[in-house]
Amino acid sequence: MAEDIKKLLVDYVKKEYLDEDSDQVITEDTKLISGGIVDSFSMVSLKLFLEKKFKIKIPDEKATPEAFDSVNSIINLLRECAAL
Amino acid sequence: MSNIGTYEARLKDFNWNMSSEAIGYGKDGHHNIGYFCSDRICEMGHGEKVALVWEGFTGDVKRFTYDDLRAYSNSFATMLRYTGLRPGDRICIFMDRIPELYISFVGILKMGGIAQPLYSAFGEEALQMRLEDAKTRAILTTRKHLGKVRRIRSSLPELAHVVIVDAGDKPLEPSELGFVMEKAPRVDKIEIAEVGPETPSVLHYTSGTTGKPKGALHVHSSIVAQYITTKWVLDLHTDDIYWCTADPGWVTGTSYGIIGPWANGITQVVLDAGFSAHKWYAFIEKHKVTVWYSAPTAIRLLMKEGFDPVSRHNLSSLRHLVSVGEPLNAEAVIWSEKAFGRPFHDSYWQTETGSIVISNYPGMKIKPGSMGKSFPGMTATVLNPKTFEPITTAGTVGLIGLKPGWPSMFRAYWNNQQTYDGKFKNGWYISGDRSSIDSEGYFWFVGRDDDVINTAGHLVGPFEIESALLEHPSVAESAAVGKPDPINMEVVKAFIALKPGFDKSDDLTMDIMNFIRKKLSPLAMPQEIEFVTALPKTRSGKIMRRLLRAKEWGEEIGDTSTLESD
Repeated sequence: MAEDIKKLLVDYVKKEYLDEDSDQVITEDTKLISGGIVDSFSMVSLKLFLEKKFKIKIPDEKATPEAFDSVNSIINLLRECAAL
Repeated sequence: MSNIGTYEARLKDFNWNMSSEAIGYGKDGHHNIGYFCSDRICEMGHGEKVALVWEGFTGDVKRFTYDDLRAYSNSFATMLRYTGLRPGDRICIFMDRIPELYISFVGILKMGGIAQPLYSAFGEEALQMRLEDAKTRAILTTRKHLGKVRRIRSSLPELAHVVIVDAGDKPLEPSELGFVMEKAPRVDKIEIAEVGPETPSVLHYTSGTTGKPKGALHVHSSIVAQYITTKWVLDLHTDDIYWCTADPGWVTGTSYGIIGPWANGITQVVLDAGFSAHKWYAFIEKHKVTVWYSAPTAIRLLMKEGFDPVSRHNLSSLRHLVSVGEPLNAEAVIWSEKAFGRPFHDSYWQTETGSIVISNYPGMKIKPGSMGKSFPGMTATVLNPKTFEPITTAGTVGLIGLKPGWPSMFRAYWNNQQTYDGKFKNGWYISGDRSSIDSEGYFWFVGRDDDVINTAGHLVGPFEIESALLEHPSVAESAAVGKPDPINMEVVKAFIALKPGFDKSDDLTMDIMNFIRKKLSPLAMPQEIEFVTALPKTRSGKIMRRLLRAKEWGEEIGDTSTLESD
């Protein structure tokens, strides 16, 4: 299940934030925000995607650049929000 | 002791010749910015001084001395000449904040080209529009962004050359050239292009309310203002380590991320990474940054993280902090003094002004929330919006006006004389910003006089966003306004009336957001979309953005007599 979520998130990032010709490798640890792949302004659409896909609400104060900085940190965030 | 000394004394004795003479502008025929940023520093015996320390997001570090800067910028200039490019050609730089961006900028100036740096997060449409308007002849880019360039190339008949600075082994298309700076031969001597003080140097695109973004054209003598404002506002001294967080795709990143610091012979550091409080503090600690020029949005993001990450790093190197891009709120000034032991000094200027025009200065009393006072040599005032006469009553809000003629004032909007002429009224340059001046001469920002959205310190034009929205298959009509945001000051909010057959949904919201982000930029992406049945319009059919904006800001909606009735 966790692997499915990782794959879903990796595929989403590749589709939405990388050029189709890009040879950038995205793993669950790739730095998305601090690595300049996902601009912090783009976080709101990523947040919306996560809320819709996983049927949870992510409080604004938890939607930080650090929380969105990798697929793994996003999964931790999802777990936290699911428990709320 | 600060470089400016006493602000009041400087007001009395200042003239721009002080700056020209300090750098020898015009001496021995030297007018080219590229010379002053590299060769002159080497001629002064500082060739071995570090000009640039660059750190990538993985932590790898590169260092370049002024001699490296001189030789590598010569290499770029030689390569560009070799391709057939000529003085006056617009040459775009479209890459992340890698050393090649900074060094090629100097190289373009040295061969007499007009440097046109563009924000690397621009989508295809935003990029295409700016290259088409400028009839750009060449673009320097990287493999990461090459796909975008290739997809729009056929629509740009003037674009003769695409230079990839990290080409590697991948095959290139016709008229594409791979040029790897550190592998190319160092060029120790070139004939730097002979330019005059009024020769065009840099073209920066900026957004307005109506129409497409406009290219603000600057000239080589802008360095006279950029040099002295760097010295006095940023207070850069010989041994300082300076960090300007702005991207050179925007004017701050060229005026104060390249020209100002290098003309002053300063070591500057660059972090090529997205925002992270921990990463930023670690960077300051590692490189012992002494002077930090950043944006209120970033400061507010740091505030949001609190004092804990500050306490985990030794930031004692910080000596002077300055902010730019949007008004710095009082809370941020007060917080920064608690966090770093010294306050951020707000500075105000625009793409069109080319350099800082109103600021807080070292040693001068800061009034938290105030823009400060006009730079010596600048005549700044607030004007009656109807008569364009200076307002003499303290505290009365008017349009910020500047007396034309300072060295870095833009000389044109590219190909748009009418709009340029419209920026000057009654002998004043009209900034488009509203402010008041208090009894002590401090300026207090109120807001824009037009519909331009200032998000995270960057101006975004509603027309450009609305035009792009109309290209989405679901959108019948749209209006883009700024809505208040505690971090970014404003963010884009779009009001959309859908075409028949489309229903509002989260999926559609995300689709439209991503559509705009990819077409234009993350800055232009609406952070909120509200689906409406109709937009408020005048009887002549013009969308009344100000009504929508006023509602978002909780303001009076004003005169609705021209509103089309239901």
